[in-house]
Amino acid sequence: MFKHILRSLTGGPVTEPAPAPSPDGLAELAGQVDRAAKARLGRSLSIRAVDAGSCNGCELELHALNNPLYDLERFGLRFVASPRHADVLLVTGPVTKNMADALRRTWEATPEPKWVVACGACAIDGGVFAGSYACLGPVETVIPVDLRIPGCPPRPTELLAGLLALLERSARAA
Amino acid sequence: MYGEEPLFGLLNRLGRPAPNHRPWPRHVTDRAGWRLLIDHLGQNNWSLLGLWGDRAADGLLVHAALREDLSGDVGLVSLPCPDGRFPSLSAVRPAAIRLERAACDLFGLTAEGITDPRPWLDHGQWGLRHPLAQTPTFSTPPTAPYPFLKSEGHGLHQIPVGPVHAGIIEPGHFRFTANGETVARLEERLGYVHKGIEGLTRGKPVLEAARIIARLSGDSTVAHAIAFARAVESALNLDIPPRAVWLRALMAEWERLANHFGDIGAICNDAAFAFMLAELSQLREAVLRAADACFGHRLMMDCVIPGGVFPDIAETGPKRLLDLTIELRRRFAPLVAIYDNKASLQDRTVSTGIVNTGLVNRFGAGGPVGRASGRGLDARKSPGYAPYNDLEFEVPVLTEGDVNARVWIRIREVEQSLSLVEQIVRRMPGVPRGPDGITPPPLLPLDHVLEHAKAGGGGEGMALVESFRGEILTWARIAADGTVERCHPRDPSWFQWPLLEAAIEGNIVADFPLCNKSFNCSYSGHDL
Repeated sequence: MFKHILRSLTGGPVTEPAPAPSPDGLAELAGQVDRAAKARLGRSLSIRAVDAGSCNGCELELHALNNPLYDLERFGLRFVASPRHADVLLVTGPVTKNMADALRRTWEATPEPKWVVACGACAIDGGVFAGSYACLGPVETVIPVDLRIPGCPPRPTELLAGLLALLERSARAA
Repeated sequence: MYGEEPLFGLLNRLGRPAPNHRPWPRHVTDRAGWRLLIDHLGQNNWSLLGLWGDRAADGLLVHAALREDLSGDVGLVSLPCPDGRFPSLSAVRPAAIRLERAACDLFGLTAEGITDPRPWLDHGQWGLRHPLAQTPTFSTPPTAPYPFLKSEGHGLHQIPVGPVHAGIIEPGHFRFTANGETVARLEERLGYVHKGIEGLTRGKPVLEAARIIARLSGDSTVAHAIAFARAVESALNLDIPPRAVWLRALMAEWERLANHFGDIGAICNDAAFAFMLAELSQLREAVLRAADACFGHRLMMDCVIPGGVFPDIAETGPKRLLDLTIELRRRFAPLVAIYDNKASLQDRTVSTGIVNTGLVNRFGAGGPVGRASGRGLDARKSPGYAPYNDLEFEVPVLTEGDVNARVWIRIREVEQSLSLVEQIVRRMPGVPRGPDGITPPPLLPLDHVLEHAKAGGGGEGMALVESFRGEILTWARIAADGTVERCHPRDPSWFQWPLLEAAIEGNIVADFPLCNKSFNCSYSGHDL
């Protein structure tokens, strides 16, 4: 373990570099997110993820955002444990009827100003689950949605791109 | 075997096998036969692989799939239920309880004498009762709260958790009753992510249904897709291109690697050892990026479909995977040494959340949960399927049954999967080349599948497939026009969730995330 620590002290972080545009465009994107977040909020952006019936695919990619290669927190974006601490609700899944009440109550527990991101194909239009007796479909049938991030599931870079779009739109609206 | 009747002997006495059911027989019985089956289950240790409701042209019925573990024989028993009732298996197989509650919620099939008649998937929010029955009835949301089991005593207090959890995880409710720090009882309430998958697949063409099944549980999308595809191929008696069989196994092992890396890291993280998560999530990311480069999707979703695999692996894929397995092996070994040598980490994982062998056998739990508690079954070995019978690998088994054992099973399985990936890439049949130089994908053309369905008049098929989490059972009845009449995917989590309630008993509340992560059951796969 000390070898690992020594290597990371001498070898620098594994995190993919922020200023230089990396092949997948991650770093460039993330820099823009940071500037827009500062302009709008003057602080970091706290995200509460709510699974409203997802297959867990979107959650896996949200987890990936926290790994050292993407390292979401370096841009001031972080996932928080309570809706009370959140600026953004990031909702996944085709909103199952069994989860609708919990989603609504999570939204009510989030203080203003707040934004809602519908993450993934299911949250946008119900995806392959549209029309089921057990699903309400799009997140916007339950709570207002500010932004949609398509993909099944969206890649981590697409998730970052989505958050940037949200910040620009909310800045224009203000 | 102590004078016991073999599985097939009893099944033949219970009733005649149904036609067009492959590869294992399905015997149709009557109430007397079903009761005889219950008597026999009380005296032997055949595993209950699944129990599900069905609606055929002539009414409701219930199916049970069984396995004689020693011989590996698998068979199904079906009981027509014209009055919507059947004698419960719950007294002899406690794992049947939640399956029977689900069959009741979806089909209105009442299990007579069930030890727990409360609704399970149905939270009263659907606007419908028994949505898969012949005539669903309208319903209104319940007025009374769900009756949790009572725990009464001096000093006991309840801690309700969920359905919305603190982390980025799926929704479910946990009701703890604790005495100070010690958990006296945990009761799970699931069903929050019930999406009506069994209803959605009904009447869909097989390729469309495959897209739905691929989204049953995102982390095991490949394994579930293989199970569905193989059930359909059995039902229609299809032989797929050999290259597709090998590519499926390659994707399945690659998926297992990604999940085990993530799980081992996350378990250590829940023991406050974030270093391991930081390191192992990099390995996981490398696996996902390679999957993206090889198959065009990080989770390899929709790559396995009935009839074969699409797309074929990218031309540079095999070399990339071989190079990466070498690198993964080099980077994984020192991390295992760190896990093994950190006393503060072992202090949390050793002897925490123990499940004993008797319990995993009674519930028929598989995967790392079963194998960490002495139940060494693996669908790749028994009943076994191609191409695993041509591959060299071991199934690790431990008997301690604690969090540490479940971590070690995953570590050993990572090593086995790395070796399997190398074997598969090296020995996989090459790309077939047509006379005109065009390379066809390893996939049966859809016309061919539909012709087979029409010629055979449809059929019924079942498949057992080993996911990273354990054994998946998928059963399907395909109509002559190539649409799905009934599909039941049974995730391994069904038989693991109940054991989590047992594992946490007597442990402290703060160890629950650790125990839960070491099980890593699927919510979505279970809730359907």
